[in-house]
Amino acid sequence: MDFSTLIQILDSTLRMATPLLLACLAGLFSERSGIFDIGLEAKMLISAFFSAAVAYETGSVWLGLLAGIGSSLVFAAIHGVASITFRGNQLISGVALNFLAAGMTVLIAQNWFQQGGRTPSLMGGARFEPLTLPFADSLAAVPIFGPLYAELLSGHSILVYVALLAVPASWWVLFRTRFGLRLRAVGENPAAVDTAGVSVVALRYSAVAIAGLLCGIAGAYMSTGLGAGFVKDMTAGRGYIALAALIFAKWRPWYALSACLLFGLLQALALRTDVVARIFPFEMPVQLLDSLPYILTVVILAGFVGKAIPPRAGGTPYVKER
Amino acid sequence: MTFMRSILGAAATLALVAGTAAADPAIIFDLGGKFDKSFNESAYTGAKRWAEANGGEFREIEMQSEAQREQALRRLAEAGSNPIVMTGFAFGNVLGEVAPDYPDTSFAIIDAVVEQPNVRSVVFSEHEGSYLVGMLAAKASASGTVGFIGGMDIPLIRKFACGYAEGVLAVNPDATVLSNMTGTTPAAWNDPVKGSELTKAQIAQGADVIYAAAGGTGVGVLQAAADADSVLSIGVDSNQNHLHPGKVLTSMVKRVDNAVEKAFNDGPGFETGVMVMGLANDGVGFALDDNNAELVSDEMAAEVNAAAEKIASGELSVHDYYSDNACPHLQF
Repeated sequence: MDFSTLIQILDSTLRMATPLLLACLAGLFSERSGIFDIGLEAKMLISAFFSAAVAYETGSVWLGLLAGIGSSLVFAAIHGVASITFRGNQLISGVALNFLAAGMTVLIAQNWFQQGGRTPSLMGGARFEPLTLPFADSLAAVPIFGPLYAELLSGHSILVYVALLAVPASWWVLFRTRFGLRLRAVGENPAAVDTAGVSVVALRYSAVAIAGLLCGIAGAYMSTGLGAGFVKDMTAGRGYIALAALIFAKWRPWYALSACLLFGLLQALALRTDVVARIFPFEMPVQLLDSLPYILTVVILAGFVGKAIPPRAGGTPYVKER
Repeated sequence: MTFMRSILGAAATLALVAGTAAADPAIIFDLGGKFDKSFNESAYTGAKRWAEANGGEFREIEMQSEAQREQALRRLAEAGSNPIVMTGFAFGNVLGEVAPDYPDTSFAIIDAVVEQPNVRSVVFSEHEGSYLVGMLAAKASASGTVGFIGGMDIPLIRKFACGYAEGVLAVNPDATVLSNMTGTTPAAWNDPVKGSELTKAQIAQGADVIYAAAGGTGVGVLQAAADADSVLSIGVDSNQNHLHPGKVLTSMVKRVDNAVEKAFNDGPGFETGVMVMGLANDGVGFALDDNNAELVSDEMAAEVNAAAEKIASGELSVHDYYSDNACPHLQF
């Protein structure tokens, strides 16, 4: 495999990993605070639709992004109300949201655009254009480093860089701030946090809202950055792969980055059957590559490679003792 | 009381008479939805054309979930609709069970074969249409490498791919045909993001004409090809040339509308059995309009039309993947 092919595959890896990474970090915040979130898929899908629809109507991708984040926050709020305020089953609330998003997006899209549940194709300012990083052109001639910088790192839409920056930011918020300490504590032992006089409900709501924000960006990236418009069910299970990545990463931000890049790499490799044929001495079915994220997650869950311990209070609504 | 009963009885008889007398045709659209800009919309166009030409009316149902198929079919049959047309191979099993219960109703299914005395099975020779667009792809390609992106990996899509590859190799025996399937689950029909990534991967391997037979995923393929420099795409099912004018080389059109219109025109009790829609009876073809007039030269069109005539007359035969579940031109 030559160097430029490697760059192309890594380039594709970065694009495929970005929505996973954002959704994975969203799940990280939510689950670290003790709220399981099956509805990552729903929030990405609803955001993908509203960002594409608003971007098409206004011609501004930024307004689209705002609308996407807004719709995702609404879904996060529904999940919050159901599972925090009313102490409902978090998994059922998430599944219900997934169904709601899948049906609602198609219904509204059909009503607004009459194109079979999709939005019209986005043009010009209604899409995120690739961003050329400074000095990319002049550095391109430098051996090894040049192509790495100019072709791999440069030339993505701005949301890719936002996703990459979200990793250190998440780490910093979770492990270096008072808010992060409390957030992690509320996922392990909410009673202790409550005893200390900090509101469990407020902490969990803010975690769910952060998850909504990140999923909103992920959805907008899919329909206005990677694609050019919304198509029904376009998230195609990425929310679930992000959940798998979250378990694979053992609920840690930096591990989340490597897990998502690994899963992205597997997806990118599955696209290049010619490369796969050259790398593996035996015939490697593409389907196996596609299912590897799930297989790896099961291996991790079974405890073969280290141990994945979820936040202790995850999934249980907090009831103040009377 | 007796008076009441006789009125009710009369009303019931009237309703029954009305039910049998109406015998409006009906159409059931598959999950993609009536306005999918592709397969189902084409069926709708055919039904509408029939209604406008004959001043008739037709009933329609859009599938919302897999579970509704049998219910929808029985409801229309009970209501006396005749004939009933349904689009999509997914109706195959259900129709096999329902059709014997309504021997007086004529059914037509598109894209599947159901062997019942009252069912007309309409199948298209997608390999022939794909052969023609393959020829065009090979002629338009400067690099000698062309691509194919399929949706879900099912024999029907392999039939598209195989005919396409044969057409490409007929024009340029040294050409390379890249082929990718989006996935193995129904989600593969609606993943434009993966479609555009596959397109970028094929472009990176040198492809400069890419044929998408992938439903909603194809939207991503056409978009990615339009975004890239000097890369053309080929649409499928409906004429998709207008989606990116000047960037879509052509579309392999499947005249589902003709099949539906013909079934409606033939009316109840139409001729059943397998009906093959190929080049010979305008069932498939390639689209030529203002949007791609500059991409397809007269000389290209003439040569492809000559091949189409040869296929229609049986002088040239294109390998059908269904015939032996293998493709001599392409490795899957």
